[in-house]
Amino acid sequence: MLRALVMAVSIVVLAAAAAAQDLQSVLRTHSEEIAKPSRRSVQVAIDDLIALGQPEVPMFLERWQGKEVYQWDTDGQFYYVDGADPFDLIDISTGEVVGQAPKGELSQIKPNAGVRGVIGTALVQFQLQDPDPERRIAALDAIARDGSADQLEPLAASIDAEPDAAIRARKESLLQMLTARFGDATEDRVAAIEALSTEVSVDARAVMNQILTSQNGVATELPDANIAEIREPEFADAYAELVAADLAEPALSADEIKSVLAANIVEGRVGGIPVSTLSDPDARIAAYQALADAGTVAPLMTQSDMQAAIDAHVFYSVYDEPIAAVTDAAVAALKHMELKVGAMQTADLAMDAISLASIYFLAAIGLAVTFGVMGVINMAHGEFIMMGAYTGYVIQQIIPDYTVSIIVALPVAFAVTFAAGVAMERLVIRHLYKRPLETLLATFGISIALQQIAKNIFGTQARPLTSPAWLDGALVFNDVVAISYIRIAIFVLAVLFLCLILFILKKTRLGLEVRAVTQNPGMAASMGINPDRINMLTFGLGSGIAGIAGVAIGLYAKVTSEMGADYIVQSFMTVVVGGVGNVWGTLAGASLIGFLQKGIEWMNPSNTLAAQTYMILFIIIFIQFRPKGIVALKGRAAGN
Amino acid sequence: MFKKTLLPALSTAAVIAGASTAFAQDCTIKVGVLHSLSGTMAISETTLKDTMLMLVEGQNAAGGLLGCELEAVVVDPASDWPLFAEKARELISVHEVDVIFGNWTSVSRKSVLPVLEELNGLLFYPVQYEGEESSRNVFYTGAAPNQQAIPAVDYFLEELGVEKFALLGTDYVYPRTTNNILEAYLMDNGIAAEDIFVNYTPFGHSDWATIVSDVVALGADGKQVGVVSTINGDANIGFYKELAAQGVSAEDIPVVAFSVGEEELSGLDTTNLVGHLAAWNYFMSADTEANAEFIAAWHEFIGDDARVTNDPMEAHYIGFNMWVNAVEETGTTDIDTVIAALPGQEFPNLTGGTAVMLPNHHLAKPVLIGEILEDGQFDIISQTTEVPGDAWTDYLPESAVLVSDWVELECGMYNTETESCVQLTSNY
Amino acid sequence: MKNSFLVTNRSVLVFLLCLALFTLGVTVLAEATGAGVISTSFVKTLGKTLCLCLIAIAMDVVWGYCGILSLGHFAFFGIGGYAIGMWLMYARTHDIVVGSLSNDVIPATSAEISDAIGTQIFGVVGSSEFPLIWAFAHSLPLQLAAVVIVPGLLALVFGWLAFRSRVTGVYLSILTQAMTLALSLYLFQNDSGLRGNNGLSGLQNMPGSDLGQDVLSIRFFWASAVALGLGYVLFAFVISGKMGSVIRAIRDDEARVRFLGYHVESYKLFVFTITAMVAGIAGALYYPQAGIINPAEIAPIASIYLAVWVAIGGRGRLYGAVIGATFVSLLSSWFTGGGAPNIDLGFYEIVWTDWWLVLLGLSFVLVTLLFPKGIGGLFDYITINREKGPKA
Repeated sequence: MLRALVMAVSIVVLAAAAAAQDLQSVLRTHSEEIAKPSRRSVQVAIDDLIALGQPEVPMFLERWQGKEVYQWDTDGQFYYVDGADPFDLIDISTGEVVGQAPKGELSQIKPNAGVRGVIGTALVQFQLQDPDPERRIAALDAIARDGSADQLEPLAASIDAEPDAAIRARKESLLQMLTARFGDATEDRVAAIEALSTEVSVDARAVMNQILTSQNGVATELPDANIAEIREPEFADAYAELVAADLAEPALSADEIKSVLAANIVEGRVGGIPVSTLSDPDARIAAYQALADAGTVAPLMTQSDMQAAIDAHVFYSVYDEPIAAVTDAAVAALKHMELKVGAMQTADLAMDAISLASIYFLAAIGLAVTFGVMGVINMAHGEFIMMGAYTGYVIQQIIPDYTVSIIVALPVAFAVTFAAGVAMERLVIRHLYKRPLETLLATFGISIALQQIAKNIFGTQARPLTSPAWLDGALVFNDVVAISYIRIAIFVLAVLFLCLILFILKKTRLGLEVRAVTQNPGMAASMGINPDRINMLTFGLGSGIAGIAGVAIGLYAKVTSEMGADYIVQSFMTVVVGGVGNVWGTLAGASLIGFLQKGIEWMNPSNTLAAQTYMILFIIIFIQFRPKGIVALKGRAAGN
Repeated sequence: MFKKTLLPALSTAAVIAGASTAFAQDCTIKVGVLHSLSGTMAISETTLKDTMLMLVEGQNAAGGLLGCELEAVVVDPASDWPLFAEKARELISVHEVDVIFGNWTSVSRKSVLPVLEELNGLLFYPVQYEGEESSRNVFYTGAAPNQQAIPAVDYFLEELGVEKFALLGTDYVYPRTTNNILEAYLMDNGIAAEDIFVNYTPFGHSDWATIVSDVVALGADGKQVGVVSTINGDANIGFYKELAAQGVSAEDIPVVAFSVGEEELSGLDTTNLVGHLAAWNYFMSADTEANAEFIAAWHEFIGDDARVTNDPMEAHYIGFNMWVNAVEETGTTDIDTVIAALPGQEFPNLTGGTAVMLPNHHLAKPVLIGEILEDGQFDIISQTTEVPGDAWTDYLPESAVLVSDWVELECGMYNTETESCVQLTSNY
Repeated sequence: MKNSFLVTNRSVLVFLLCLALFTLGVTVLAEATGAGVISTSFVKTLGKTLCLCLIAIAMDVVWGYCGILSLGHFAFFGIGGYAIGMWLMYARTHDIVVGSLSNDVIPATSAEISDAIGTQIFGVVGSSEFPLIWAFAHSLPLQLAAVVIVPGLLALVFGWLAFRSRVTGVYLSILTQAMTLALSLYLFQNDSGLRGNNGLSGLQNMPGSDLGQDVLSIRFFWASAVALGLGYVLFAFVISGKMGSVIRAIRDDEARVRFLGYHVESYKLFVFTITAMVAGIAGALYYPQAGIINPAEIAPIASIYLAVWVAIGGRGRLYGAVIGATFVSLLSSWFTGGGAPNIDLGFYEIVWTDWWLVLLGLSFVLVTLLFPKGIGGLFDYITINREKGPKA
């Protein structure tokens, strides 16, 4: 029964195969390259497929690229498949269902990203004029990634008929780049290069750098070529280059001298020098000289011999591009671009710094309220940030829509941490107002307890807090200056809270009372203000803001039980550097630290850790000289 | 009160009685499990502790070992490196275990090494590491750099045509050493020094905007840029989020990671990461019968079908089975005998093919490269034949002359130039 | 002088007697020297606890007596450990390298030896060059001097800057915390030349000695006990007499002491520096017993724990610090080591490895709120009951 079925299927398959002789047979000749494709070997198969010139080839290439082609183990042929297990086999030429096969007998063809790129390049010629704009964009992406001379003509030909303005502009810009690199006439190329010199995009700079690729060389005389520069390498490098170019004999290394000596020991002596004294490098040289003088080994190369060899040669580098006019234009264009890019990079760095500053500000503003206004150290502030972030995570588990969940999460996080803050103030801190050092320790106890509780509930693995789709991506000014929307959102949030805190403190009754209690609790109490209530509310407010900061930080980074600890020291620094008891001070502190950190990072881009160390060192020294911070309170309010 | 205590007592007795009938003799063989169950490493290591308990349970169900029951002795070094040494000493000298399976970080391994060598213990270490080490008392079932990093970079060079490399890592020993090896290897392969960008960030780093922009800017000279990431743990979340935010797709700048597996991806929304790569010796998506069985057994043991399996789990699986086979072959758990019997042991991989224990105490295992899929799994797009693990890399001049061979040369650090053994204990 | 001081301070004598008895007891029960009831690993734990007691009394002097809540004393402890660790690593590697190079027919040059040592030590962190900071690593006396001098100098400079600008109270606490954070971040870098995150390892092996760990552990235990005894006497001396009164007065009201004509900064600087030096010694004894030191050891959290020990033990009394350090660190290892039985609540099982930190944190809050005198305060009750009057 089963055998009959298989026979029936294979007859149908065979019949279909005969009709699709050409495509399938080309595939079978290249079966190995198609099924296990490699970037290096796949080009032959693609060339043959395209040479076939059949209309179904582009379709096959596309589906191959999309991992939609399967090989049926039974007959070794390639099919598209459809449906569920057992799958319908679809003929690659006719598009008809020609049989069925279970999952176990089908192997999916998975070209890797490199091969997919090669296929994409091959598809360019079919896609440039395709009615589907997405395919046209795919073709342009392929050109941008890996441009070649033979794309120049089809691209130029496709521009006139292009209906979409944006795609047309992109085509024109790409055409310019291709012309600059591969154009026939020198004037055209120079013109294209000059036109490109106003751009700052990575692609445009790439074009210039590709035109300006050069090779190093060394010779007795400067060759007649498009010379990029005459080089003056360091002594050791220069000699190594000569040796590599077979223009000089290699000098012996210390190890080689040692092994020569070891090979020439005669009766415990080398060249008359006792072996036991050879732990001295000078003695080794002397022994070698003795051997050389006796003619046993080749003489030692001296420093002056090597210098003479170097002086007798000229070191240069030569452009791959033979036409000097083109390279000159490219050098000028690149210089122009780099100037612009430098300015743009500074702007980008400044934006990153502002973004970092706003994150520090958000993390620290709650602390500034509790620490600055109330003079209370809250080591558990970081854990309130964490609580806010976990609140966001929990709400995302309940409300799957990211936008709605974030809108819900912000007030809920505020409420949760506000409550936690009030509870902590009532239960612990209230009793310790007279003992600030002990507040520090008690809140630290709360901090380790909270951290561990979070670990017990949520585990140590980081939890996802996903931003809504409209916050994905970045605001791109050009290839250099860009900032992600999530960071912009955090910046906006920081500004919002700055205004809110200022408003509360300066314009509301609560703010007035807070300021009164800050300056003189006794007097405030005698004026009918309840300091207890004010302290409680202030503490709740500071904690609540920490909760909101937690949601924001979780969105752009991660949610773990230890995230609070990452921010607590930084937050204290921010508050202390800025000046206690002043919102503007916190802003100044956050900006200073943000810009400083980015600045140090820029000076030493390969080690971000060093940046943090130096920043803390700077802060320590800064506080020595301005113990009250940037914005210091004056007069009696400064207290003790 | 009486009732309450009696019931568990009875049931325990029943369990022991039921169990003892299965074993030929009334004896136990102790297996030490030295994985952090608290602290920062707990998340990774707890999984391995559970894996070990599962393997021990499975072995007991199959009749134990040499007719004896296996007993897992679990201790918690709490992600505290000095505590690892203390607990290892306790396992060997107080609990008298016959073998230890444990450790994750390199620093914890370095902490344990002197104790193992002093007391002649036996450790199976299951995590990919930086190499440059060989101890008589340790069997390395994770990948050495030439079993993970080098093949991944080869893939970048050969298949993706990458000409410019960004080596991003967390600032600790594994990324440092791996990147050193990779730099030397890339330069041997004709990549100029200025085309290699190296950056180190602290643990848990979250501010990635500038670094990702720097990487994007590397493409300004028209060369294909690729990122080799040895970024560890939590920091990956911010890194991948920033990549997605700046619109860096796998087609533009592919990222291959050595420390990101199924477990790490479960904390991330992977839709924006599709196509980025990871290199391991095992992926959960490997399509073999052995793997399907292993995953099913794991899900049953842990009671949660959502749990993933990962590379170090496979390493423990292979290491445990090799140890069991060595003990059965020699008929003893004596450490020296077992150490001598382990090289040459063979055991089928979960991903197909056979793992072989080499004389240098490393495994020969296949290298897999996977592309991240939307569901947090990996699509295996490249699988090599078995690659023998190399304790001392061939790409750094100082270690190129060193070999490890505990069978013929009886030395873990043998200098082939001077033909002498540098030291018998390991370097720590 | 010393005699009369000891006679007038009976509590010091009592403490020394207890310490001596304890040391004797452990020696009699240890593996290497006695009955073998106490395992080598537990002797190490006890020795390490003594070192923690030593830094705890230093912390008590600086905080409990002088009122400076330093959240950075573990930085000094770590520096001491690093200083001795450098010699231990260098000397051990030197022996190995010289041994292996002696097989060569041509004797090695000193440059070759030092290159080989560099490769051995820094090979694991991907480097082979000797950083400047290792210049004295070959010499035990110099590194021993560094154990005291480096923490002392750091404390002196830091303290001078801080006290001079009148940074006090919580500001100073945060500043000291920043100092230890900066130091640990610095050491975390590979470029620091101290092997980054890996730190220095294999410190339990004594170079040039073939003594087993059982013997070494008891010797280090003795050394720790002696150091603790001497440290206790030193600090008891510092806090007694007129100087002690001034120090305590600074804690109670700094401004008033200044108006009385004392140079407050000098006193504070003296206390800060000398406690830092003792912390360095404690670290130098601790890490050879722990076997490995790495930057995580000096993260800010460690110093905060130090404050916790002193607070729980009872501030302003030296034996309180000893009690706190012993009690909390041993209790902590009991709980995290799985020693404590888990409690099954029916709906939830309390696993102490998970909940110990919660318990510690909360009990810490309770101690601060309700028992500011800590465990040591219990002794007051006893004395008060006995003498029917408050102790002076």
